[in-house]
Amino acid sequence: MESSGFEQLYRIVGFILELLYRLLLGGVAHAVPKGAGGFYRAASEEASRVDTLFNFILWLSVFFFVLIIGAMVYFVIRYRRKTPDQKTSPLHGNKTVEVVWAVVPAVLLVIIFFWGFKDFMDLSVPPRDSIDIRVTGQKWSWTFDYPKDGINTSELVVPVDRPVKLTMSSMDVIHSFYLPAFRVKRDVLPNRYTVIWFHPTAVGEYEVLCAEYCGTAHSKMMATVKVVSEKAYTDWIDSGGGLSGKGMSSAEFGKVLFKAKGCTACHTVDGSKLTGPSMKGIYDKMETMADGKQVKVDDNYLRESLMQPNEKVVKGYQPVMPTYSGRLKEKQTNAIIDYIKSLK
Amino acid sequence: MSSDVTKENTGGEDHGHDEGNYLQGGGVLGWIFTKDHKRIGLMYLVSILTFFMVGGLLAIGIRMELITPAGDMFSADTYNKMFTLHGALMIFLFIIPSIPASLGNFLLPLQLGAKDVAFPRINLASFYIYVVGAIILLYSIIVGTMDTGWTFYTPYSTETTSAVIPATLGVFVLGFSSIFTGLNFIVTVHKMRAPGLTWNRMPLFIWAIYSTSVIQVLATPVLAITLLLLIVERSLGIGIFDPAMGGDPVLFQHFFWFYSHPAVYIMILPAFGVISEMITCYSRKRIFGYGAIALSSIAIAVISFLVWGHHMFVSGQSELAAMVFSFLTFAVAVPTAIKVFSWVATLYKGSIVLTTGMIYTLQFIFLFTIGGLTGIFLGTLSVDVHLHDTYFVVAHFHYVMMGGTVIAFLGALHHWWPKMTGRMYSEKWGRVASALVFIGFNLTFLSQFILGNRGMPRRYHEYLDRFTFWHQASTVGSKILGIGLFIVLFYLLHSVFKGRKSEQNPWGGVSLEWVTATPPITHNFHGIPTVDAGPYEFPEIDYSAEGEEKE
Repeated sequence: MESSGFEQLYRIVGFILELLYRLLLGGVAHAVPKGAGGFYRAASEEASRVDTLFNFILWLSVFFFVLIIGAMVYFVIRYRRKTPDQKTSPLHGNKTVEVVWAVVPAVLLVIIFFWGFKDFMDLSVPPRDSIDIRVTGQKWSWTFDYPKDGINTSELVVPVDRPVKLTMSSMDVIHSFYLPAFRVKRDVLPNRYTVIWFHPTAVGEYEVLCAEYCGTAHSKMMATVKVVSEKAYTDWIDSGGGLSGKGMSSAEFGKVLFKAKGCTACHTVDGSKLTGPSMKGIYDKMETMADGKQVKVDDNYLRESLMQPNEKVVKGYQPVMPTYSGRLKEKQTNAIIDYIKSLK
Repeated sequence: MSSDVTKENTGGEDHGHDEGNYLQGGGVLGWIFTKDHKRIGLMYLVSILTFFMVGGLLAIGIRMELITPAGDMFSADTYNKMFTLHGALMIFLFIIPSIPASLGNFLLPLQLGAKDVAFPRINLASFYIYVVGAIILLYSIIVGTMDTGWTFYTPYSTETTSAVIPATLGVFVLGFSSIFTGLNFIVTVHKMRAPGLTWNRMPLFIWAIYSTSVIQVLATPVLAITLLLLIVERSLGIGIFDPAMGGDPVLFQHFFWFYSHPAVYIMILPAFGVISEMITCYSRKRIFGYGAIALSSIAIAVISFLVWGHHMFVSGQSELAAMVFSFLTFAVAVPTAIKVFSWVATLYKGSIVLTTGMIYTLQFIFLFTIGGLTGIFLGTLSVDVHLHDTYFVVAHFHYVMMGGTVIAFLGALHHWWPKMTGRMYSEKWGRVASALVFIGFNLTFLSQFILGNRGMPRRYHEYLDRFTFWHQASTVGSKILGIGLFIVLFYLLHSVFKGRKSEQNPWGGVSLEWVTATPPITHNFHGIPTVDAGPYEFPEIDYSAEGEEKE
C-alpha cells in the first residue's frame, strides 16, 4: 500500500458505498453461484434441511434483535436528559415481565434444540443401502478408496440420488472433512474411524475442504467431489477410476497421478518452492541433503523418496512427506518417475 | 448507599492536606514494589493495553494477508504463527486479565469501602507471575515459532517441531496469576465489606468479579493439569494424547475445553458487571431486576462448567454426549437473555446522557445481542455441523469477546478514567472514535458471518476465489476499527498530560469509589465508610412517582 492517506480514505469510502450498494440493490446474488440466495448452493437433502433450520433461527433472531435494539433506541431518545435534575422512576423490577421474558425464550430455545437434535441424528445414521467409501486424510491431501472396486483416487466420484457413506481416518494429525455444499463435516482422527454420509441431489463438482487446522498447507488440503449420473458412475468404476492409464504414455499417466495423488499440494513443476522442492529440472541433478551428503537424483532416489520419503531429505526442507508405500501400484510409481524425468 | 458517609471519615476533597493521592511519591521503586491495589491495577492496565495493541496489529496483518485469495504477503508458516500469536496474546495476556486484573484490582476495594485487597503481597506477586508468564509465552511464540493455534490441539501439538513446551509453560505460569487474583478477590469480598454493605447492597460489578473469581479458582487448575500432561507427553514420551504412543487426541480436547469454556465466562462476566454500573449511572436509575442479574451471573458460572462439549459436536464424541451438551448450552442462553432484557428495561423512564462511556454501553448491548443470538445457531446440533470451525464461529466469538468484553472494557476505561488518573478525556474525540470502532467492528465481523455460512473454514492462509468480496470487506473494516482504537489511545494518553482536571465525582456516581477523593488517596478512605442503602440510589429518583419504597 504505497498510496497516500487521502487516497486510502477515498478507497475505503468507495468500498463501503459499493458494499451498501451490493447489499441493498444488487443483493449478493451476483457474487454467489446461481439459485443460492444468501446461502452457498445446497446440493443434498441434508443441506436443504440445515438451511431451513438456519433460516428459522435467523428470522427469530432478527425479530428479537429488532425488539431489543428498537426498545433501547426508543428509550434513549424518549428519556434523554433534558434538564440536569430530570427526575427518574424508582422502578427496579416487575415480576410478571421478568417471568415472561425468561419463559418465552426458554420455550423457543427448547423447540430449536429438539429440531436441531432430530436433524443431527438423521445426519449421524447412514442408510443401509449407502455406497461405502473409505477416506484417508494426511498432511495435506485426501485419498478415497472404493473397497468393492479396488479403486484408489484423490477425487471423490459419486452417483446422484444415492446415499454415500464415508468411513474416515487420518494417517497423522486431526483433520476435518468438510463438504460446504452438503452442509456436513466430521473430524478425521488418527486413532479411530469416524463416519459421515450425504445424499447428493444435483450433478456437479463440489469442494472438499479441511476444517481442522493441520499445519503449513492446511488451506491447500482440498479435493473435489464429482456428483455424476448413475451411468457415468458405472463407466467410471469400470475404467478403474480413471487412473488405469489406459491409452496414455507413461509420462502422461504420471502427470494425471501427480495431481490425483496430491503431490501438487507441496511440489510445483515450475521451479517455485512450496513445502517441498519443485520437480522442474530435478532429474539427474546433484542435491545436498540435510546431513550434508550429495545425492544424485536418479530413478532409485525418486523411488525411495516416494516409499521412504524422510530417509534422505533435501537441505532446507522439513521431513514431513507421507509415504506412498502401498498407495501406488508398480505401474503408477513408474509413471510418476517418468513424468518427473520429463520435467526439464 | 453513601448517604451517611461524611467527609470526616472518607477521603473527601478537603482532606488532601495530610496525604497525597495514590499516584504521587515513592519514585520508580515505589511502583515496582507497591502493595497498593490501585497501583497494581494501573500496572496491569498498562501491560494489558500493550498486549492488546500488539495483538491488534497482528490482526491487521492477518487481515492484510487475506485481502487476496492467494497467500502472497506472508508465507504459510508466518501466517500460522501470526494467528497463533494473535490468539494466545489476546486470550491469555489481554482478555482474561483485562477487566478483573486492571479495573477489578483498582475498584474492588474502593467499592467495598476497604483499604486494600485481603492479601496485598499476593496481589503484587500475581502481577509479577503474570509478567514472567507473558515473557515465557512471547519467547516461545516469537523465538520458538509456535504454530499450533491458541488451542494446542493434539496430536499436532505433540508432533510439531515448534516450541510447544515453553508456550504451555507460559500459559501454565499465567494460570497461577489468575488463581492468585481470584483467590484474593474472593476473600476480599467475603471479609472486607464496609459496615452495612450486605450482599444485597453490593454493586453488580462486585458480583460479577466475584463469580469470575470463583470460576478462575475452580477451572484454571484443570488447564494447568492438561498442559502438564502435554509437557510430560512431549518430553518423556508417555502416551496420553498422541495415538502413535497409545493416547487419545480427543481426550485433550475434553480437558482443554473443560477449562476454556468456563474461561469464556471469565472473560465476559466482568463485562456484564461494568455494563450494569454504567447503565445505571448514566440513566440515573436503579438496575432493573438486581436479584435476577446477580443470580444469573452465578447461574452462568455454574452451567458454564457443563457445556464444554459443544466445541466438539463434530469431533467424534457420542451423539448422546452431543445432545446433553447442546441442551445445557441452550440453558445458558436463558440467564444471558434475562440480563440483556434487564439492561434495556433499566433505561425506561431514566435520565439518559450519552457520554462516551454510555455510548460504549449501548454499543455493547447491540453487539453482545448479535453475539448471543448467533450462539444459538452454533448450539443447535445440525446447524453447527455445517458452521463448526468456519468464519461463522470466528465472527461469533469476536462479537462476544470483542463486541462484548472489549467494548465494555473501553466504556469502563472512560467511565473510571477520571477516577484513576484525575483527568478528563476529550468527549468529542471519544465520540468520533466510538463511531469508527462501531462501524469498523461491524464491517469486519458481519462479513465473516456471511463467509462462514458460505463455507469458509478458519485458519486458512489462502482461500477460494468465491470468498474474495467478503474477505475484502472484512479487511477494510479492520482498518477502520484500527484507526478508531488508535484515536482512543492518543486522546487518552493526551489527557494524562494535558487533560482538564477532573471533578471529584464527574458522573454523579453513588457507589463508594465516588465518595473518596479523585484520584483516591493511598489508603482509599479516611476512617471506615458505612453503607445504609442499595448501590444505585441516585438523588434524581422520584420516590413519590409510583409509590415505590426506597430499599
